Amino acid sequence: MNSLPELIFEISKEGKTGYSFSKTEFSDELIAIDKNKVREDLESFPQVSEVEIVRHYTNLAHLNHSVDSGFYPLGSCTMKYNPKINEKIAGMEELSAHPYSPHQVVQGNLEIINSLEKWLVDITGMDSFTLTPAAGAHGEFVGMQIIRKYLSTQGNPRKIVLIPDSAHGTNPASAHFAGYDIKEIPSNADGIIDVETLKEYLNEDVAALMMTNPNTLGIFEKNIMEISQALHKNGSLLYMDGANMNAFMGIAKPGDLGVDVVHLNLHKTFSTPHGGGGPGCGPIGVAKHLSGFLPVPTVDKKEGEYRVEYFKKEGIGRVKNFYGNFLVMVRALVYLLSLGRENIRKVGEDAVLNANYIRKKLEGLLDLPYKSRTLHEVIFSDKNLKVKTLDIAKRLLDFGIHPFTVYFPLIVHGAMMIEPTETESKETLDSFVEAMKEILKEAENNPEVLENAPHTTPVKRLDEVLAARKLQVKWEKEEKS
Amino acid sequence: MSLEELKFTKEHEWVKIDGEIATVGISDYAQKELGDVVYVELPPTGDSFTKGEACSNIESVKAVNDIYTPITGEIVDSNAALEDNPELINQSPYEDGWIFKIKIEDESELNDLMDADIYEEYLKGIIE
Amino acid sequence: MRYLPLTDADRAEIKNVIGIENTEELFSDIPEDKRYYPLDKIPSALTEDEIIKKFKEIARKNCFSEYLSFLGAGAYNHFTPEVVSHLSQKGEFLTPYTPYQPEVSQGSLQAMFEYQTMMTMLTGMDVSNASLYDGGTAAAEGVLLALRKARKKSRILISSGLHPEYIEIINTYINNLDYQAEIVDTDEQTGTVNLDDLKGKMDENTAGFIFQSPNFFGIVEDSQAISDLLHENKAYSIQAVSEAMSMAFLSPAGQKGVDIIVGEAQSFGLPLGFGGPFLGFIATKKDFIRQLPGRIVGQTLDKDGKRGYVLTLSTREQHIKREKATSNICTNQAWCALHAGIYLATMGKKGLNEISKANHLNTAYFVKEVGKYSHIKIRYKQNFYNEVVLEVKNMKVDNFLGELQKKGILCGIPLKWFFPDQQEAILVNFTELHKKDDIDKLVKAIGELK
Repeated sequence: MNSLPELIFEISKEGKTGYSFSKTEFSDELIAIDKNKVREDLESFPQVSEVEIVRHYTNLAHLNHSVDSGFYPLGSCTMKYNPKINEKIAGMEELSAHPYSPHQVVQGNLEIINSLEKWLVDITGMDSFTLTPAAGAHGEFVGMQIIRKYLSTQGNPRKIVLIPDSAHGTNPASAHFAGYDIKEIPSNADGIIDVETLKEYLNEDVAALMMTNPNTLGIFEKNIMEISQALHKNGSLLYMDGANMNAFMGIAKPGDLGVDVVHLNLHKTFSTPHGGGGPGCGPIGVAKHLSGFLPVPTVDKKEGEYRVEYFKKEGIGRVKNFYGNFLVMVRALVYLLSLGRENIRKVGEDAVLNANYIRKKLEGLLDLPYKSRTLHEVIFSDKNLKVKTLDIAKRLLDFGIHPFTVYFPLIVHGAMMIEPTETESKETLDSFVEAMKEILKEAENNPEVLENAPHTTPVKRLDEVLAARKLQVKWEKEEKS
Repeated sequence: MSLEELKFTKEHEWVKIDGEIATVGISDYAQKELGDVVYVELPPTGDSFTKGEACSNIESVKAVNDIYTPITGEIVDSNAALEDNPELINQSPYEDGWIFKIKIEDESELNDLMDADIYEEYLKGIIE
Repeated sequence: MRYLPLTDADRAEIKNVIGIENTEELFSDIPEDKRYYPLDKIPSALTEDEIIKKFKEIARKNCFSEYLSFLGAGAYNHFTPEVVSHLSQKGEFLTPYTPYQPEVSQGSLQAMFEYQTMMTMLTGMDVSNASLYDGGTAAAEGVLLALRKARKKSRILISSGLHPEYIEIINTYINNLDYQAEIVDTDEQTGTVNLDDLKGKMDENTAGFIFQSPNFFGIVEDSQAISDLLHENKAYSIQAVSEAMSMAFLSPAGQKGVDIIVGEAQSFGLPLGFGGPFLGFIATKKDFIRQLPGRIVGQTLDKDGKRGYVLTLSTREQHIKREKATSNICTNQAWCALHAGIYLATMGKKGLNEISKANHLNTAYFVKEVGKYSHIKIRYKQNFYNEVVLEVKNMKVDNFLGELQKKGILCGIPLKWFFPDQQEAILVNFTELHKKDDIDKLVKAIGELK
């Protein structure tokens, strides 16, 4: 693929057709709308033949790296393999009902929602779940709203949410949209939150601590139970960001560790595909004292039949249309059923084995800022290197490997966050290590190769400054490429 | 223009005083820290701001930074050239990259500004 | 297990390299009494053929496909050309992550750029983002956008003609922030926004008004009149759309004075899917671009001067601005937008023209045919798009729907689900997939309930 793909508008030509559909049986005479409300034309809209559509998008697909094509060790994203049987089941027409179908005609779908909720309860040890949030950040927002509503019924919603300095940006953003001010709490030299530090920050204004576990450094927050106790004593709650659940699914339960609210990412731990940025699903699990505050709708089995509740007085209300991203839930349920008791623990074990293997192999070559036990992802920094993290990342592209997460979390200089996941073979890990070794050698002897990378990708390094300065967010008709 | 004419703030803004009008921009250190400027939100002429209030912001690819007015007063002009050429801030932070002009309401506030040589000392402290 | 490539030999070797004996040592930071809990509640693994069998059983408990359905109200059954799913389901589109490394994501980025462009063409706006979760959350984001841009104002007006779920979601979003919302009435006679009520409720603290067109009752609003009134009062005009297909038939919002348009684009090729994943969208005039939530793809050049695409204006977003971000959104509905973009390109100008009109003509035909009955009444006979409110005069709505269900028809959605004072009305939807025979069947069945 050497030539630049044209835009669909550049291929378009008057008279071409890409679709086939039976003509309407009725004449324009029936039109019952004021003429001034009806559009004149869809000017400039594409007109392309089906053949050209297929070529256009097939060639675009070739420009993408994906999990299906190669290693994708993005830290905190859990880029694991997306099973194809999940796609088949999610594509079943018999499941694709209208969401307002009367409950009697969609008992199968309601069973699916209920089953997945039950699975998640069993895996996390929480009391109940809502599957309605569309993504992790959405789940965080819902979880913080539940906390707020709960505290309000106790008399005082409070003002502040404590968030570790290593937290993902969605944590403070979500807490803010739930009406809270943020106070950052520092991690210690081991990379975790310690109880004494937490106690210094606790006062009557603190509503909750939002903690990622394992955190974004890939380290288990081992003080979590003491932290939970200290919070509860203060009348505050513990929210756990479960984005990194892949590290200990089937091995331990957040509900056993003192967590009040947890969110999961079906598009991470539970294998549903990332799709280039969604759709996802961010279920929220809550402890018993919060179960009355879940959003609508809720699905329950009553007298042998699944029924839907659309209105709950104490709940936080509605956070999403209909039931949430149902077809994403289907994929996750198929995945869990496929793993079963025999394999569910192996996911976390292999994920952690793989991450530790990479840590061991690269430890001598890169600066390891935290010496604590690594779980499913390992962080290195670019200290003492002649080149920047970005340059290493761009050079990895030339090896057909998607780079690790770069420059996150902010508390590590030039952070490189590597999460291999359990769905990678040892051979893949070894070739990644070899690639890194070669690149680091180049960094010593020939750094310009890295600074000018990537060299073999469909486009070279792109000018993000130009993109922001001369904003062009849509195609314009008189364009010259 | 020599830097000695300018006064500075801890937030790395420079101020040039011309009678009752103060011209404000950001220092060379600030523009280097920001990286390539992609956009500047200029304060509207006629709006009034109190000393320390955020009246403008400068955007690079990686961050957006508020600009706080060092002086209480009414905005009398802003640098329209920055709309199409925000890079002027990087290329010429003290001249073509000026951001806004504000009418000085309270002269005593000028005493809180640093002279150029003190600002240089201040910078040395930060860089270490 | 086929998703776990490590063999036991691999595991042994890895443990050797790491320097541990037992796998459990890896989890030593987890309190001992809390780790490796009994798995007896977890069912045994199913093989692929067992999975297929199980879900066929589950699917048999659904019987919705036995009915001729006229259900709409924010989720619509449209035709999707085969080629769309075939292309969108390619692994290279389905399995990558957010395009943070644009050099290996040009496929997704260019497809998004094309989607953004087509959305601006449909809406008549200057800029579209690359997706939000759904229509309801998009409505909330649109409201928050107006409040952000208006800065010192804290009040928003909401039309009662908005999809009730959208109103619920907006309230959930603004409940915890220092904003107030008030509902503006719908004129019962015309089924449209009561402009006098809108005028009366506006004040200098009102940032904007969000209305839906076509509204929840199926009626097309006079967006120009509404926008003019708002602009006279320095407030923003926000339009919500739950049936995106309408945009291909009706005048573009951007030409009617609307500042911000939000809504649901599921109609562009996405299956009903029992409600999700769907596709929220937002498009605005260019003044709002720096306040937009979500991802935006922009065009640029690479080192060699070759055209390429990147995510841009990231400084609005949570990974940079954190609690000061325009939204907390990270993962969105990107694949759905890509799928919708392929749908739009495949249908093209001609396909969208024909199909969007067919939706309306089918509805108009129904309205004409049932006009002869006196036991039911179409509440608004003019300016509907593809949904109408049908009032039942001679029996309870539950009976009416029950009888039709016995004849194999899901006639529509009872309004009393959302409005306790609307006991006798049903919302009925027609798309291009309803043929004359289907509509005649419904008309006849209704006739038999005289």
